[in-house]
Amino acid sequence: MKSSFLLKTIGGFALLLALSIFLSGCGKPTGTGGALSGDEAAQVYVAPGQYDEFYAFMSGGFSGQIGVYGLPSGRLLRVIPIFSVDPEKGYGFNEETKPMLNTSFGFVPWDDAHHPELSQTDGQTDGRWIFINGNNTPRIARVDLSTFETAEIIEIPNSGGNHSSPFTTENTEYVVAGTRFSIPYPQKDVAINTYAENFKGTLSFISVDKNSGRMDVAFQVLLPAFDYDLAHSGKGNSHGWTFFTSYNTEQSSTLMEVNASKNDKDYIAAVNWKKAEEYIKAGKGHDIPANYAHNVYDESTHMATSTMKKTVKVLIPSECPGLVYFLPTPKSPHGVDVDPTGEYIVGSGKLAADLTVHSFTKMLSAIEKKAFDGEVDGVPIIKYEEVVGGVVTKPGLGPLHTEFDGKGYAYTTFFISSEVVKWKLGTWEVVDRQPTFYSVGHLMIPGGDSKKPDGKYLVALNKITKDRYLPTGPELTQSAQLYDISGDKMKLILDFPTIGEPHYAQGIPASRIIERSKKFYKIEENKHPYRALGEKETKVERKGNEVHVYMTTIRSHFAPDNIEGVKVGDKVYFHVTNLEQDWDVPHGFAMQGATTAELLIMPGQTETMLWEPKREGVFPFYCTDFCSALHQEMQGYVRVSAANSNTPLKWGLNVKDPS
Amino acid sequence: MKSLPRLLMFVAALSLLGLFAFPMWSITLYAPQYPDGVTMYIWINKLSGSTEGTLQNINILNHYVGMKMIEPESIPELKYFPYVIYAMVALGLLVALINKKNLFLVWTILLVVLCTAGIYDFYLWEYDYGHNLSADAPISIPGMAYQPPLIGRKALLNFIADSWPHIGGAFVGVSMLAGFLAWWLRRRETQQV
Repeated sequence: MKSSFLLKTIGGFALLLALSIFLSGCGKPTGTGGALSGDEAAQVYVAPGQYDEFYAFMSGGFSGQIGVYGLPSGRLLRVIPIFSVDPEKGYGFNEETKPMLNTSFGFVPWDDAHHPELSQTDGQTDGRWIFINGNNTPRIARVDLSTFETAEIIEIPNSGGNHSSPFTTENTEYVVAGTRFSIPYPQKDVAINTYAENFKGTLSFISVDKNSGRMDVAFQVLLPAFDYDLAHSGKGNSHGWTFFTSYNTEQSSTLMEVNASKNDKDYIAAVNWKKAEEYIKAGKGHDIPANYAHNVYDESTHMATSTMKKTVKVLIPSECPGLVYFLPTPKSPHGVDVDPTGEYIVGSGKLAADLTVHSFTKMLSAIEKKAFDGEVDGVPIIKYEEVVGGVVTKPGLGPLHTEFDGKGYAYTTFFISSEVVKWKLGTWEVVDRQPTFYSVGHLMIPGGDSKKPDGKYLVALNKITKDRYLPTGPELTQSAQLYDISGDKMKLILDFPTIGEPHYAQGIPASRIIERSKKFYKIEENKHPYRALGEKETKVERKGNEVHVYMTTIRSHFAPDNIEGVKVGDKVYFHVTNLEQDWDVPHGFAMQGATTAELLIMPGQTETMLWEPKREGVFPFYCTDFCSALHQEMQGYVRVSAANSNTPLKWGLNVKDPS
Repeated sequence: MKSLPRLLMFVAALSLLGLFAFPMWSITLYAPQYPDGVTMYIWINKLSGSTEGTLQNINILNHYVGMKMIEPESIPELKYFPYVIYAMVALGLLVALINKKNLFLVWTILLVVLCTAGIYDFYLWEYDYGHNLSADAPISIPGMAYQPPLIGRKALLNFIADSWPHIGGAFVGVSMLAGFLAWWLRRRETQQV
């Protein structure tokens, strides 16, 4: 009896093992392929010669750039260098743009750019500028959308890791900059474990001039040392407030993944910036010594200048009642997103099971009733149940960011469960969910963080692609996925690779950009100090060991194209003016032996290359941008003589004996 | 009704002033790289383009085949043609004041003659630019000339050239028509009497 049971068990087990070879052949669980069916191809097909409906500006993450794409096609239109040098365009290599990357630490040729933010008027994207944060060396840049060039970069003092930035207010009164890593305030040599006592967090408000776009650090709010993670400004009724999430309210400085994840609730800091303006006016701001760079590109001189600023105004909440409140929000909230009406403030507790939505009207009445639960460093903590407006229960795992379609729905990304979830504002019910491939971070609906979203498309920006594209070695592309959200259910219609690691993105109807787009710079408005506004103005000047070449380009020659009298050890500055006045006719300039990138000069512009010849000989230069039928003939020579030689300085174009 | 011919004569004289407000002729070049075309406008007293850089861009295109630079300063007609027009306006007003049938006709015929001469002069310039090519031209095609059409459309290598009267030219047409109508109406009146 016993032995037959044993035999049966062994037999059954053997059978199971034998069959398992068939069971394992079933493959991956279904539903991960994202296969399409139907007319998706037609939805994203933009015929040759036709324009896309929207521009999408996607952060390039650790490339320090912005990638500009067309939607719905997903075609890459341009890469704008911002915090990183770009040899293709000479950005950060030519003498004119080097000052753009100056900081209090010197020339920093790289940054980690996360959150592009379009300028707004009356809460609607206006197509004038796009701002983006530099995370590592705290900076904010402004890109002019008439030229797609970086126009200004301002460094943020008293900050470490400018992550909760730049997130504009409704009329671009301010863009903001909250520090992700709190640091000693003022910066000093202290033991790291004195974090709680010596470190502080700052939330900065950078004013933006209505007409010129010029930025200035208007004031900073000094807060307890937490990690200030993301932000969004109020709109409509909540215009005048900006909300910042925080984590590490535990105030740890080591093994943060554990030690900063202990508290049940961290805070969203609600800053009343209109109140702050009153306090500044009343003289409550402390002028604190600081050192930060302000770099501005002037479109008429085609040159950037960098100036160091020496003070910053700081507001201290304990001296300014009503300036800041903390809204308790579960488990290390990441994104904070304000719905188009301005009433709901969605706090995505990235380690929480539920999604918390605060109500702005409840917040105001709680403040009025003083329904507080103590305070931290003079900042009142509003009672959780007095401010929470609703909870989306168990929507997914690892909520990060939310955007809105303007039709009463919100769309939240879930990193861990790798999906986008659509839910209804007010009823808090989940109405749809779609997988992403894989691990979505931010998402973007054109105008989705403004008062007037265009709720037609949604882009999911994924961190991981694994098997989605042809393999390219260990490093793979990141991706964007386009969903049609015009119906009740989201529909995946396109999947395309992106540059760098895209974090946030912005979208705008193409018409708002096209109407402002510049075709070339007017040559008569060129005020570059080394310009040559015609071939008659070209010349070569020596000042000690500096040689300045005033050069021009026009299809298809340089003037001058023969230069003699340069010596080893000279610093030769080629100031090249492109005389063209036509759309899409840049000229390039490359010099053999120059230890820098090419110049790429737009029509009407002057750019400068520094060349330090190290050897004697005759060295060619040429045009790198295929400008015309005679582009290959667009070339010239520089003769380099020994340092002690007497070769006279001569230059010319089409002369037998140049002088 | 009696005063209509005289009124028309005033219109005929003053219409010529339209030449100072609008270009009289336009030449547009189309090529694959210029899908919207590059348009040069010819005025009674100047040359202009669809953008500020147009003249420079046309000269850049033309230099490949060795055409001369189009430089407004080197075209004397742009300086003295305006005086011819002022004179015709003054003469036309005088004719209207004198109000004689035959003078209407004489003035109109004079305008037609001047206009024909002007168009012939335009043709000569076009011929000169199109045929008088530099020996140093990077692109030289034996037997090829680049004269744009006097009026109408013509293919020139990779370009299509359109040449048509513009609004200023239409004002001259109105002027001729009004002068002729003034004479014809006045003649009909006198015949009926």
